[in-house]
Amino acid sequence: MSKKVVVLGEAREGALRNVSFEAIAAAKTVAGGGEIVGLLFGDAVQSLGEEMIKHGADRVITVEHPHLKHYTSDGFGQAFMAVYDQEKPDAIVFGHTALGKDLSPKIASKLASGLISDVTAIDGEGDDAVFIRPIFSGKAFEKVKNKDGLLFITVRPNNIEPLAKDDSRSGDVSSVSVDITNLRSVISEVVRKSTEGVDLSEAKVVIAGGRGVKSAEGFAPLEELANLLGGAVGASRGACDADYCDYSLQIGQTGKVVTPDLYIAAGISGAIQHMAGMSNSKVIVAINKDPEANIFKVADYGIVGDLFEVIPMMIEEIKKVKTN
Amino acid sequence: MNIYALVKRTFDTEERIAVSNGKIVEDGAEFIINPYDEYAIEEAIQVRDEHGGEVTVITIGDEEAEKQLRTALAMGADKAVLINTEDDLDEMDEFTAAKIIAEYLKDKNADLILAGNVAIDGGSGQVGPRVAELLGINYVTTITNLEIEGTSVKIIRDVEGDSETIETSLPLLVTAQQGLNEPRYPSLPGIMKAKKKPLDELELDDLDLDEDDVEAKTETIEIYLPPQKAAGRVLEGDLSHQVKELVDLLNKEAKVL
Repeated sequence: MSKKVVVLGEAREGALRNVSFEAIAAAKTVAGGGEIVGLLFGDAVQSLGEEMIKHGADRVITVEHPHLKHYTSDGFGQAFMAVYDQEKPDAIVFGHTALGKDLSPKIASKLASGLISDVTAIDGEGDDAVFIRPIFSGKAFEKVKNKDGLLFITVRPNNIEPLAKDDSRSGDVSSVSVDITNLRSVISEVVRKSTEGVDLSEAKVVIAGGRGVKSAEGFAPLEELANLLGGAVGASRGACDADYCDYSLQIGQTGKVVTPDLYIAAGISGAIQHMAGMSNSKVIVAINKDPEANIFKVADYGIVGDLFEVIPMMIEEIKKVKTN
Repeated sequence: MNIYALVKRTFDTEERIAVSNGKIVEDGAEFIINPYDEYAIEEAIQVRDEHGGEVTVITIGDEEAEKQLRTALAMGADKAVLINTEDDLDEMDEFTAAKIIAEYLKDKNADLILAGNVAIDGGSGQVGPRVAELLGINYVTTITNLEIEGTSVKIIRDVEGDSETIETSLPLLVTAQQGLNEPRYPSLPGIMKAKKKPLDELELDDLDLDEDDVEAKTETIEIYLPPQKAAGRVLEGDLSHQVKELVDLLNKEAKVL
């Protein structure tokens, strides 16, 4: 049976996040030929509709309201339920982002449905689809299927391949007006702490520092390398505990779980809790003075040496490669 | 103030995970309070100490979970509730857990409910928000600071590294992010006192719930370990040569530059 699937697109700084396109690809896999309807909520999102269609959505519904400028679970919840009641989809796909993690359990609870969170891969398709998700922070995986009724999943950024953009695709972008009222949370301030707008959980390249970085200033060469590669800086718990950086950078079992294409661990020994947050990265590079450090066991490439010598040399070498 | 903390018993973070016949092997493993729930318990105790009231910790599980509840009592919680589902349920998912907890809480007039933002085993982070929605109260996830004045609440939450200041009010459910506080270790007198604190045990029947009411909506069909990575290459030679080789490998072999 084909399924009608709604996909919630998510904008960041005026552009759609990559995970929205990955969510559309996941929706295609479960739809079994059914219609994919993209959803966009915000104060000015109409212009982003076409992007979702070029990446595989058949049509897009937008809800625009001044109260949707910033995400709140009440505001987005009301917008979603209004569209849900109109469309009656068979399946829902969100990105497993801060927004998706916060909103999806509310919606699932309203609809008394299951919710398979943080999906990293899908086995099979259509009605036979089985969802793979990491448990124990990636130390193991589980295969989960939906029993009867509405299928609802969130997909982890960076894991499901988006469909190639097709500029020739076209579809209807319509807007629904929803009265957004009675918001119980008011956002009074947002402080951006993340570097250069590259989100750690979505970054294709992560440069992470551990106790070996030795100080807050010690992160400077890591940041330079991250900027050069368009990546984000992360840290081990040791570096956060020692106050070298903010806890928002922590990667590990407590902290963020990342799966970038390239993970460079600098001055990180590789405690089991840290490995749980990064061991599924595609390529891992370890730089550590201690040749016995655990991190070398999961690294694809290792350099035994001082990160303060190695990283500046890497920056120079990469610049040379990039200019060629 | 009437304060509740939701607690889950999980594998110790140091444990290596073993799988047999598509299931996690639990024999001999060390169990702890889910680390994010420790922040929730600590915050609950601090809120009570500042504003008065009582902290009740709740868990779902079997009688093994009593140990984690006693630890929470030793930290300073006043009462504990174990909802024992061992005889009634073979499997549960987040729908099941939230329904049971909400059923327990629905007539308790909770002012503040705290939970971890995620459990380190299942890792879905669903149960807290689901419970809030079932109770019809507001929730804020991944909080790193909480200030309460009367019924007004000011919260700072972590949003993928950025921080958001939120103003809301009680009753409220919040989920704790790392950085919220530094959970205390139970003191020896705390441990002694905890032995005498009330720990209620309930079953689904006591909540007027049938197995059918809480039947899981999703089903885990298999658990497996990630494929073992082949040992990597530690480069050799003088450092500048190693760096050249590394950048070359990343560029040409791994194709990630």
